[in-house]
Amino acid sequence: MIRRKMLGLAAAAVTASGLVFGAAAQAQDVIKLGAIAPKTGPLAGGAVVTQWPNVELWAKQVNARGGLDVGGKKMMIEVIEYDDKTNPGEHIKLAQRLAEQDKVDFVVAPYGTGFNIATAPIYGRYGYPMIAVSAITDKMDELTQRYPNLFFTLGTTTAFVEGVKEILVEQRDAGAIGNEVAMVNVADAFGIELADRARDIFGEAGFELVYDKSYPLGTPDLSPVMKGAKDSGAKAFVAWSYPPDSFGLAEQAIIEDLDVAVYYSAVATSFPAFGAAYGNKINNVLGAGGTNVDDPKVAEYRKAHEELTGKVADYWASANTYAALQILEQAIEGAGTLDRDTVTQYIKDNSFDTVMGSLSFENNVSHTFWSVGQWQDGVFRGVKGSNVDGAVPVRLKDGWAE
Amino acid sequence: MLDILVSGLLLSGTYALVAMGLNLQYGVARIMNLANGEVLVLGALAAFWLYTTSQVSPLLTVVLVAPVSFAGNWLIYRYLLKPLVRRSKSQGALEVDSILATFGMSFIIIGVMVSIEGGFFAYKYLSEPISIIGSTTSLNRLVAFGVAVLIGGGLYLWLNHTRAGVAVRAVSVSTEASGLVGINVPRVSALAFALGGAITAVGGALISTFITLDASIGVVFTMKALIIVIMGGVGEIRGAIVAAAILGLVETAVATLIDPGLTLAAAYLIFVLILLFRPQGLFGRRAL
Repeated sequence: MIRRKMLGLAAAAVTASGLVFGAAAQAQDVIKLGAIAPKTGPLAGGAVVTQWPNVELWAKQVNARGGLDVGGKKMMIEVIEYDDKTNPGEHIKLAQRLAEQDKVDFVVAPYGTGFNIATAPIYGRYGYPMIAVSAITDKMDELTQRYPNLFFTLGTTTAFVEGVKEILVEQRDAGAIGNEVAMVNVADAFGIELADRARDIFGEAGFELVYDKSYPLGTPDLSPVMKGAKDSGAKAFVAWSYPPDSFGLAEQAIIEDLDVAVYYSAVATSFPAFGAAYGNKINNVLGAGGTNVDDPKVAEYRKAHEELTGKVADYWASANTYAALQILEQAIEGAGTLDRDTVTQYIKDNSFDTVMGSLSFENNVSHTFWSVGQWQDGVFRGVKGSNVDGAVPVRLKDGWAE
Repeated sequence: MLDILVSGLLLSGTYALVAMGLNLQYGVARIMNLANGEVLVLGALAAFWLYTTSQVSPLLTVVLVAPVSFAGNWLIYRYLLKPLVRRSKSQGALEVDSILATFGMSFIIIGVMVSIEGGFFAYKYLSEPISIIGSTTSLNRLVAFGVAVLIGGGLYLWLNHTRAGVAVRAVSVSTEASGLVGINVPRVSALAFALGGAITAVGGALISTFITLDASIGVVFTMKALIIVIMGGVGEIRGAIVAAAILGLVETAVATLIDPGLTLAAAYLIFVLILLFRPQGLFGRRAL
């Protein structure tokens, strides 16, 4: 009986604190920012590297400065986080909750191409500006026309394939590789779309795909894939891969001693964990993304990222994710209001000073991004990109020794 | 051809490590453990964490993980699952209850693991090339295969040539009859469940040396284990090993000769064929 009473008291206390909190929110001393992304499920491994630490870092930094200046009033950031369990249905339910119950003022765009496309209607309905980062597609124009609140910042499928093609053409002209390319892809929407584009683009450039296979997501043994690529004799290897397989392919390439001059694997190659796991063996491996660590702004950002979140930023979309939050920050302060339509319009009309440099949107799409990077002596540096400075020359892969 | 044989057999070893534990848990203790994959990933996390923070060799971790997992699974059985066993009126009821309970447990384990390491368990151990009869493979896979053979062989001998093993097999045939002949059924069930958990965690620690795992990937292994256990015959250690071998060889053959994209399709095709023509599994007994 006593125990029940205690519980009742505790419940009352919780309700009361909720009320107080509600009152505070009504007075609008805080800006509520909703963030939904995977903490569990297949995409969690990527989201905890690229997405979550940047939300944490940005909110901490803004609050340490005393909050955002909204029309002369300082407002602190309060982040409301949910785990979508890498399930689009779950994400949409939670998005509704953010808007209806938590009544957040702004949101962080989801993690993953499919998630951004799947949730654009619901975020659009509530009028949230949605600055998508981890989303690569060729359908940007179509999507931004249909959802005028949706912005893209990381580049298109074609741009990523073009980046790789440029490297292949340069190395062919230099005599390092021939016309033969071995290509593999993970059999999901992302890998299939990239491989399809690559077949056209590589073909037009006169390359011949002497090995062209897909494998299911989560394949436990990639040795048949790597043996096949090796037997093809191609001097260039391109994999449109996802996190667990990007690691698995590198592992098998080391085991098989894959003899290529160009080795590229897509997502997660830019993760610090990739470099940490394989050390010098993956020196000169190419991958999706890139960054310019010599840029003082980037260096400062990476330092703060490590200090405030305890994690090393990845060498690709981490900076873009942070830049998207900087855009939101500057748009709110620039517009001087929390009105979402006004802020959205401000994003469309202005350019922003971010860690990625000056960013602006042309039909809701930013064309400032890195497309290909390369591990060079322990750092993953950008080698190909669009409107970015500091690209370094591509080096050839020369064996897999330590 | 040799490549297929070597790679296929090594993959079979991995699959056997994944499935032998569940086989004991489901076949003997009658617990359809949906948290099997999470226990495996927990073993992997231990190996990764000890290796990256204090350079402990994963092979040493295996030795540490086995008793810890044994004790942990014993406690889980004793305090979480035994009440379910006691109150269930039939095998079917226990299956439903244990599926729900262990499904819930899997989320708890995932939550704990995410709070320790949310990213990838990326590290490298013994990924040195080694040549076996002319086919290149990696040392870590070979080590895992060796341990799988040791565990499989040990289990087989133990089950067939010791008194305790006979008791375990008796319980797997019939809990009622075993009780009647004086076998302490709850104790044997707890032993089988704990042993199964220990084997799974050891498997996870070994697998993490060559497959990059993360906290959420357990369900993939649970599914694979389930397929192998059902293919081989519930409660039959020989069945699990043979089914793992078939799956490993077929997947590798299909990946090499036809297309790596068809490995999953091939695996499920065999699964369906076996269910169609031998529903009790390769070595399973027909239900009485």
